[in-house]
Amino acid sequence: MSAPNLVEFRDVAKCFGDGPAVLSGVNLSARPGDLVALIGPSGCGKSTLLRLVAGLSPLSGGELIVDGRSPGEAAGELAFVFQEANLLPWLTVAQNVEVPLRLRGAPAAERARARERVLELVRLAERADAYPRQLSGGQKMRVSLARALSVSPRILLLDEPFGALDEMTREHLNEELLGIREATGWTAFFVTHSVAEAVFLSSRIVVMAANPGRVHAEINVPLAYPRTAETRVSREYLDLVAQVSRVLRSVEDATGPAAP
Amino acid sequence: MKKPLLHVLLPAAAGVAFLAVWQGAHLSLSEDSRFLLPSPGGVWQAMLDHRESLIRATLNTAEGALAGFGLAVVVSTVISVLLSLSPWVRRAFYPYLMALQMTPLPVLAPICVIWVGAGLKSVALLTFVISFFPLVVNTTQGLISTDRHLVELFQLYGARPWQNLVLLRIPAALPYFFTGLRIAATIAPIGAVVADMNAGTSAGDGGGLGFRAVIFASQAKYAALFATAVTTCVLGFLLNALVLLIAWISLHHWHDSYERTDR
Repeated sequence: MSAPNLVEFRDVAKCFGDGPAVLSGVNLSARPGDLVALIGPSGCGKSTLLRLVAGLSPLSGGELIVDGRSPGEAAGELAFVFQEANLLPWLTVAQNVEVPLRLRGAPAAERARARERVLELVRLAERADAYPRQLSGGQKMRVSLARALSVSPRILLLDEPFGALDEMTREHLNEELLGIREATGWTAFFVTHSVAEAVFLSSRIVVMAANPGRVHAEINVPLAYPRTAETRVSREYLDLVAQVSRVLRSVEDATGPAAP
Repeated sequence: MKKPLLHVLLPAAAGVAFLAVWQGAHLSLSEDSRFLLPSPGGVWQAMLDHRESLIRATLNTAEGALAGFGLAVVVSTVISVLLSLSPWVRRAFYPYLMALQMTPLPVLAPICVIWVGAGLKSVALLTFVISFFPLVVNTTQGLISTDRHLVELFQLYGARPWQNLVLLRIPAALPYFFTGLRIAATIAPIGAVVADMNAGTSAGDGGGLGFRAVIFASQAKYAALFATAVTTCVLGFLLNALVLLIAWISLHHWHDSYERTDR
């Protein structure tokens, strides 16, 4: 508990225009090295929460501190992996991966080093000259991940990055993601619809409720890293999946505000 | 190996059939009204007979068409970037761009002649006017249709406005630009010929294809008139082929429209 929080939400609220609150009274924090999964019914503001951290959207109330600063000021510390791979179709894999550093004005030599490093991490070095349309869905997502990692972020925001992939690919990518985390070490918020994915990846699961979006429960995941395919058949893992599913079910069933 | 051969043979066969029907129609006319529809051979002969004036006219028209077309590409790109800056700018200026397109060339032609004199400059200016609209409409649409997620990606990594434009919005607008370019390439030669009919001059080098057509018609040289039509057609095809080639070079690596469907 001694390490200061890298990301801290204090009573954060968010609404769009005059609309209803998308997020209300959100208190949440992540310490360095945390991998926080956000799960909840659709409309609970999971993605909005990530966008607030990224500075893509302003708060409507409360306070959000990212690396001791406001989200906008801390933008250099973070990277975002979107639901879609969002690759620029006219650029090759290598050029796509270099986009963030190029936008930040990094010299070519530095860009090349970063590109080689991250393509190695996602095992796509041999596809560096391919165009996105030549890649499979899983490969595109790995390029997207590589692009995010190219800026050596301290905070990684992942918005359902593997949601569109088949289960096999998804499990492989989950294992890869944890492997990369061992090697690079970042703090992450991971939005997902999959309880299994949340348990497998995260050190802590935040279950959110909707209308307005708020934190319903936080569940620690005490499974030791590194986690492997074996983890998925372990007793503790399956128990946790069951426990989180129950909590999630209770949130989805609740019509009014859930009891604390 | 079979398919490419078929791709050549089919249009060739259709072309031969077309010429045969043409010849048949020519022969079906009574002896003294055959001048109304010269035979393919007659048109070919006229082409050879008038080849010097036709080549000179083609070069003149091509020069006017390319100058106007090129100018339209440059100016429309700049204007499109300005229009893409805000919906207010678009709302303010779009009606006037439309108005430019609504005014028929034969009406604009005398005005151009007053301003820049008859001949090449007027032809180029009128071709510019007719090519400009499809280019500006398509390019502007392309510049404002950038994928919202890509815009956010750029925002996230602190892209400056010029980076947004050069690295994201302009490349994303290319397919739209080429759609406009293909339409413009189709109407530019037509515009150049119509402009030449209305604002051309025989002074100096003898005018362009439009001017030739007017002369041949007035001299009742119908085979030569048909030859002029064919020449105009060839010029249009060449400009279109050039544009298709440039579009292919720019897009085939990445754009879905060039995706091979047979693999």
